[in-house]
Parts: sequence; structure tokens; C-alpha cells
Amino acid sequence: MAEGLLIEGRTGDWEMVIGLEVHAQVISKAKLFSGASTRFGAAPNSQVSLVDAAMPGMLPVINAYCVEQAVRAGLALKSRINLFSVFDRKNYFYPDLPAGYQISQYSQPIVGEGDIVLDLEGGATRTVGITRLHLEQDAGKSLHDRGPAATHVDLNRSGIALMEIVSEPDLRSAEEAGAYMRKLRSILRYIGACDGNMEEGSLRCDANVSVRRPGEAYGTRCEIKNLNSVRFVMRAIDYEARRQIEVIEDGGTVALETRLFDSEAGVTRAMRSKEEAHDYRYFPDPDLLPLVLDQAWVDEIKAALPELPDDKKARFIGDYGLSAYDAGVLVAEKDVADYYETAAQGRDAKLAANWVTSELFGALNKAGLDIAHAPVSAAALGGLIGLIADGAISGRMAKDVFAEMFETGKEAAAIVEAKGLRQVSDEGAIEAVVDRVIAENPAQAEQCRAGNQKLAGWFVGQVMRATQGKANPKLVNEILRIKLSG
Amino acid sequence: MTPDLTGLTGLTGLTLAEARAGLEKGAFSSRELTAAHIEAMAAGRGLNAFITETPERALEMADASDARRRAGEAGPMEGVPIAVKDLFCTEGVRTTAGSRILESFVPPYESTVTANLWRAGAVMLGKTNMDEFAMGSSNMFSFAGPAINPWRRQGDRTGADGRPLVPGGSSGGSAAAVAARLAPGAIGTDTGGSIRQPASFCGVVGLKPTYGRCSRWGIVAFASSLDQAGPLARTVRDCAIMLGAMAGHDAKDSTSVDRPVPDYEAALAGDIKGLRVGIPSEYRVDGMPDEIERLWRRGVAWLEERGAEVGDVSLPHTKYALPAYYIIAPAEASSNLARYDGVRYGLRVPSDDLTEMYEKTRSAGFGAEVKRRVLIGAYVLSAGYYDAYYLKAQKVRSLIAGDFRQAFETVDVVLTPTTPSPAFAVGEKTDDPIAMYLNDVFTGPASLAGLPAISVPAGLSEEGPPLGLQLIGRPFDEETVLRAARALEQAAAFDAMPQGLG
Repeated sequence: MAEGLLIEGRTGDWEMVIGLEVHAQVISKAKLFSGASTRFGAAPNSQVSLVDAAMPGMLPVINAYCVEQAVRAGLALKSRINLFSVFDRKNYFYPDLPAGYQISQYSQPIVGEGDIVLDLEGGATRTVGITRLHLEQDAGKSLHDRGPAATHVDLNRSGIALMEIVSEPDLRSAEEAGAYMRKLRSILRYIGACDGNMEEGSLRCDANVSVRRPGEAYGTRCEIKNLNSVRFVMRAIDYEARRQIEVIEDGGTVALETRLFDSEAGVTRAMRSKEEAHDYRYFPDPDLLPLVLDQAWVDEIKAALPELPDDKKARFIGDYGLSAYDAGVLVAEKDVADYYETAAQGRDAKLAANWVTSELFGALNKAGLDIAHAPVSAAALGGLIGLIADGAISGRMAKDVFAEMFETGKEAAAIVEAKGLRQVSDEGAIEAVVDRVIAENPAQAEQCRAGNQKLAGWFVGQVMRATQGKANPKLVNEILRIKLSG
Repeated sequence: MTPDLTGLTGLTGLTLAEARAGLEKGAFSSRELTAAHIEAMAAGRGLNAFITETPERALEMADASDARRRAGEAGPMEGVPIAVKDLFCTEGVRTTAGSRILESFVPPYESTVTANLWRAGAVMLGKTNMDEFAMGSSNMFSFAGPAINPWRRQGDRTGADGRPLVPGGSSGGSAAAVAARLAPGAIGTDTGGSIRQPASFCGVVGLKPTYGRCSRWGIVAFASSLDQAGPLARTVRDCAIMLGAMAGHDAKDSTSVDRPVPDYEAALAGDIKGLRVGIPSEYRVDGMPDEIERLWRRGVAWLEERGAEVGDVSLPHTKYALPAYYIIAPAEASSNLARYDGVRYGLRVPSDDLTEMYEKTRSAGFGAEVKRRVLIGAYVLSAGYYDAYYLKAQKVRSLIAGDFRQAFETVDVVLTPTTPSPAFAVGEKTDDPIAMYLNDVFTGPASLAGLPAISVPAGLSEEGPPLGLQLIGRPFDEETVLRAARALEQAAAFDAMPQGLG
């Protein structure tokens, strides 16, 4: 384990051990066991079927599309697909759980072991184990703030399909946990199994955190529930690890318990201890037959998978000569990767990568836009890059042109033409200007020839000014060097 | 045309097939037939067979049926009135499951089985009494009070001191209504014997189809892996007619089976020459009355006389069936009944505290037997006990199904008594739940194995009330079961009438 991942305590070094359980909402028009709609933001209790409300005599029927999505996710996570899996009931009472049980998968999930490659800082990678992925229903939502004496329940979420994706306890820092969340989100979005929208609750995380002396056995873990942003996941883990170290270093022991993260105070608080934990009385749901999949069907889904982030990254490094870091940044979102490839089509691929990751990202960020709504199309950016590459405009000019493209949505060539920005690369014309500038400034020319390098830059500026910035700076430099050399 | 063949009371004496024939011939209308049964239903209120009578709806449905017949659109049960166990959700008609917790529950939907029956032309008379959530073998565990068996014990020989007899359960109201001629047919549900045992106690025919044959959608669940809807009627033919209308695949029930529904009535034709009948020695349980043993032997003789080949079969795990049943059914029930929590529908006893609201609601809403089974079920599923109870019971269930599979390699049907005793009196066996559970000893195994099984009235006990014989068949071989049952029925020529007809 890398030295840098250890936490320094008062009594020596500590290592964090983290495992994440992520609940990812399956993209599907209908719920996991009913035909009700899953649209976000509908009026409370307007998307509730008789099944979702657990009316007497109602029965669940599995939504095949949700099963397909889970298989797709399992394949994308390089995991074993279990052709035989079972739905179980997890029994507990709560007003937002209408049936008094959640249909989930306990001992025989649809997806078994697999792995995921984390993209870490500086282009490094690390492989982390996936324990399992299973399908389950979401519960409804309890609203405690609509009146002093009552709790209201919205069942729109009740029955929506979730994939619970469980990692091995392989993560060793909050940064790795963050990288895990980002990568998982990226993969799920690539395959269209989950939209990854943490604000709407489409992706939620429970973090199991413990600390230990490096090389020793696992310590007692605490589970931090319902973290709904990557930032909160990281902050909660950092806080929790330090809290546990403090407890141990003060001579105490960590209690096995469930905790909640207070994002305002930045601390975790005990929710319930393991002794108070529910006995969920899991048993196979007798309303549902075991889920039996056909290998040929799984193979079909596998064959239709899109290129996944890791493969795309390898291709970008190999085909475009990008750095691991740049390639990692470009493939994180499929839309970005597609944009990049369109912009780089027939152009200088590295130059295109720089333009996408610096100018485009910067401008989008400032404007609060995502790539799908970029005012500069990928083809248009490609056009701009083409103008730079064939020397029509300088990189300096290109930034101004880009700003205008972003502002107006116009093509680069049109802006260059309209403003007469086309760079002068005619050596004779530049030489004439250089000669004139030297002739007008004989004293400075003399000093320059005597070795005053500062003045060389001054002459470049003078030539550029004389050409309204249109002279090809590379040529200007070369010609000046010859004319002013000792 | 003058309907001279019957007065109104005579119409209630008709079997379902006879009533159907009369309707077809135009001898009487569905309205007349239905009105006669509504009158009988009112006159028979002492039996407490119905929780909710729906006479207005019945007459509306009858009129609609008569109109359809005039338009030449008669279905296979066109115009025939039937009674419906109060476990089937009926749109706009209160459905209580015999429980206080659903005392005022009116479903906005119709169960698949009842919808199928109405599509076939049947008319609903009302919702019948039952043990709460179908848990019981006496119909004494109903919030609406016990239903009464129209049969009486003879004289005072048994010391029954004139106490009425139970109709059995849990479909007690359905069995009592059919026996007392309040309805020519009724539907019930059978989880461990809840159709067959009351059919036996009341001297009617009751059929539990193969698990998956009828949709469970819209039936208030007791034990999902066992519950199955079926008919109760006064003849095997009537049950065949009803099953044909009830059965069929339903995409809304994942455990419903997609296979064609045969013409069950047509399957009654023909004899039973060469039919191989198995007699399982393991059903000779300790303390079984001689008269049950004699009845069973009589059944064997009847079938042999008609050309069947009767031989012994072994169902070695039979003795474990009852304990396994009383683990699996309560386990599923404990989870199925969690939805009755006072939050969305049904009874709520308010409290400022959520847990207290749950406790008060469920304490007030459930009767003692339901509470007992929910507790047993929660216990056998709990951490540390799951393997020893629930998992082991499931293994036993597989072994029992295996016993039957093996037996059906050499025989076509299995013949057993339906119950180990005739109907007992209201108030008996209530202080000993285990004695009550023993009622299911002969019916439970077929339930665990998911097999079709029928109870046919075969004679009267020494005390007076009737006794039934049970035939168990291969999965989805209701046709053979019905054909064998028809042979038993003809041989038994059971034509005794209950004393409590009023």
C-alpha cells in the first residue's frame, strides 16, 4: 500500500478500509414490479399503481427491461451474470414501505463478482473488486415537514427499480472512494442503465468505513447511510476515519453502528446500533418465480454493449497519442468523448484534446452549460483547430475567435474572414515590414545586435503591431533572428 | 309459456347444471332463478353463511344476463347465481377477508377469478363467511361470527347438547351456502384444505385445482405459495363447469401457468376402467375413527367395481407434512399480512406514536388465530431459526412433492379420506390450536405438492353429518381427478339432505 494513503495519528499511522454500497436507479419507463411511471418530479402519489400501494391481493410482475439493465450493468462491471437468481422479501414496518417488505435479492443476486478500474490522480489506475449487484425496489418518501402533527407519504418512488452495487472493502482513501463513485457513474451512464443524477437521488451511496494499523486485521466498521454527492461521500469518509482513530487513540473502541452524515456540520452521527438493528426475516418471495436467464440472451446484450470508458481510454492513448490523464478526462463522459472524436476527426488529435479540456471546458464551466448544450459544435471546434494547424490563424488569435464562436455560434472561418483576421504567412510581406521596423529604429537594432535579448521581443511586438497581429508569429521570430543576428 | 315445473323454492333445489339447462330452455329467467336464491339467502340467515349479501347487484346482473341471452350472447355459466368467498376482491363491494381490520374495505378492483366468472355469465349473490384471512378449519375465527353447518348431529348420542356444528373452514360460508341450497355453487380458496375440508363437513363437492391453474390476482393473500381458488358445488359436474370458467393464465400473476384450459365437463364422460388408484398406507393415522377407515374401504370397493385397479402406494414423508405446512403457511402469512398497518386503508387505531399506532391497530384488527400465526411465522423466519424451521420445512415440502411424483409413476390418482373426523360442534377444539390443525392432516400434503385434489361426499357419519373422500391427481390433470370423482359420486349416490334447510 502506498505510503501516502496512511493517516498519521498521535500514536502512529492508520489505514482506512472502505467498502461502498451504491443504490443506482435503473433507467426504465415503468417500475420494477408494476406498470406505474417512474417520471421524476410528478405530483405526489400520482404515479402509484395498486401494486405499489400494496392493496390486498395485488401481485408483483417482474419488468423484463429492468432485468436487462441489470445484466448490462453486470457485464459492464466485468462481473459474473448469475443465470439463476431469486427475489427475497426484506421485512420491516415503515409507512413509506406499503407492503411491509421490500422485494430485493439476498442470497442469490443476479450479478456476482467483478471489478472496476479507478482512474486516479496523474493518470494512475487501480482495480477494485465488485462483490455483487442485485435488483430491488425503492421505498416511498416520508415527508415530515408538512405539518407539526403529521407525516405525509409520497409513494411515487415506491417500487422503482434500483441496482444495489456492492464493492469489496478494497478502497483505502476518500479520494479512491470518490474515484470509485465517478467511475461507476461513468460506466452506468455509458450503458444507459442509470442517469447518475445524485441530486435527484438516482445514485445514492452507503459507505462502510473502518480503520486499522497497516497490515493488521480489519477494524470494526461503521456504515454511513444515504450520501448523495461524491463530495459528501469523501467528506463523510474522511471525518469518520478520523473520528474512529480518535476513539481508538483515546483508549476506546469503535461501536458497530449505522451513522448519518450531517453535511452542514460536516460530521457523522450515530443513527442506530447493531443491537437495535432490524431482523429483516429474509425469505424467497413466493409471489415470484426464480429469475432464470438464457445465456444466449446474455450474450446478445454483451455483444450490443457500447465501447466502455476503459477501452475508449486505451484507444485514445493508442490511436491519438494522448496522455493517460487527458484520455481519462475525455472518456469520463461519453458525450465528451464523442465530442472530442468529432472535433479531432482529421485534425491534430493532441491539439484537439487541449482545446476540449482547456478552452471548451473552461467556457462551459463559466457559462454553467454541459457538453450537450455547448454553443460550439464539435465540427465547428474542429474547423477552428484546422485553421490553427494550417497556420491560417495563430493560437493567440484562435482564443479570441473561439470566444466569439461561443458567444455567437458562428463558424470559425466566417469570423476570421469577417474580421480579416487571417494570419499573414507570406515571408516576403513579413520581411518587408521587418525591414521597415528595423530601419525606423536603428538605435534599438544596434543594441539588439550587441546582444540585448529583451529588445528582440520588443521588435516582435513592433512587427505584430504593424501587421495588426496578423503576421505569423513563428515567421516573424525567424526573420527577425536572421536580420538582427550579430 | 307457463313455467309450471317449479315454484320459486324449487329453483333452489336445482344443481348448477340443471339451472343452466333450465335457463337455456327458457324454463325460467336468470332473474327468477336469482330471486329464488336471494329469498333462500334471506331465509337462511341463521346459518350466517354470508358476510355481505348483494341482492340488488345480483338482480342487476341477472337482468343483464337475461338481456345477453336474448341477444344470443350466452356464456358458459350464463345467468347462474353463485356465492363468493369474502377473500376475493370485488369491485365496489366490501371485501373483509373475515377480518375486523378490513371491515370497511371496498376494493376498487375485481379479482381475476371473479372477473372470469362474470364474463362467463355468472351472477353474484354475495360474499361468504370465512375464517379470518383464511386461517382456520371451523369458520369460528371470523369477525362476523361463526357460520353454521346446515347438518345436525342425530339425537343426543354424542352429548353435543344441541349445539350447532361448524361447516369447517376456512371456506365455511361457501360450503354452508351450497349445502343449504342458498346457492347452487360457490367459490372458495384452499391453502391447506380450506375448500376440501368444509366441502366434506357440509356434504358438498369441493375442488382445489393445481397451484397455478387459477389466478391469485385480487385474492387477499394468506400463504402465496399454497393459496389456490376453486369451486364448491353439489355435484362433480357443477365443479367442472365452474373450474372451466375460473381457470386460465393471467399475466398479472407470475405463478399462474400458461396452458390451455381443457373442457372439464367433457372429461367427465367415459368410465374409469383401468384407472390406477393408489391407497397410501401412511394416511392410516393414529386414532382415526373406524367409520373413516370403513368409508375409505367402501371408496376402494366402489372404484374397483367400476373397473379401476386399486393398489397400495407409499408416501413416506406424509407425517412431516402437517408440521411443514404449519411453518411455511404462517411464515408467508406473517409477511403477507404486514401491509395491514393502518397507514393506507382498513382499520386504524390512532396514536401520536407510530409504533403504538401499529400495535394498537393490529391488536384490535386481528383475531387470536391470526395473531398466533403471524407470531409463529415471524419466529420461524427470524435470524437463527430460519434454517432449523423454514428451510427445513421447505426441504420437507420437496420430499413430499417427490413422494407424489414417485407414486404417480404407478398410479393415476390417490384416494384418501378428506378429514379424520366429521364436523364438530361450534365451540369444540377452540382451546387447543393443535387439535384444530389436525383437520388438515389429509389435505395438507396435496397443498404442499401443489396438486389438484377433490372432496366428494361419500356417506353419513354415525353421528349424522356427512363424510368425504379425497382424490388427488397429477399436476394439471384435473380431468382425471374429475372423472374419478364422478365415478365415486355415482357409486356413493349421496342424496341425503341437511336438516337445517329451514
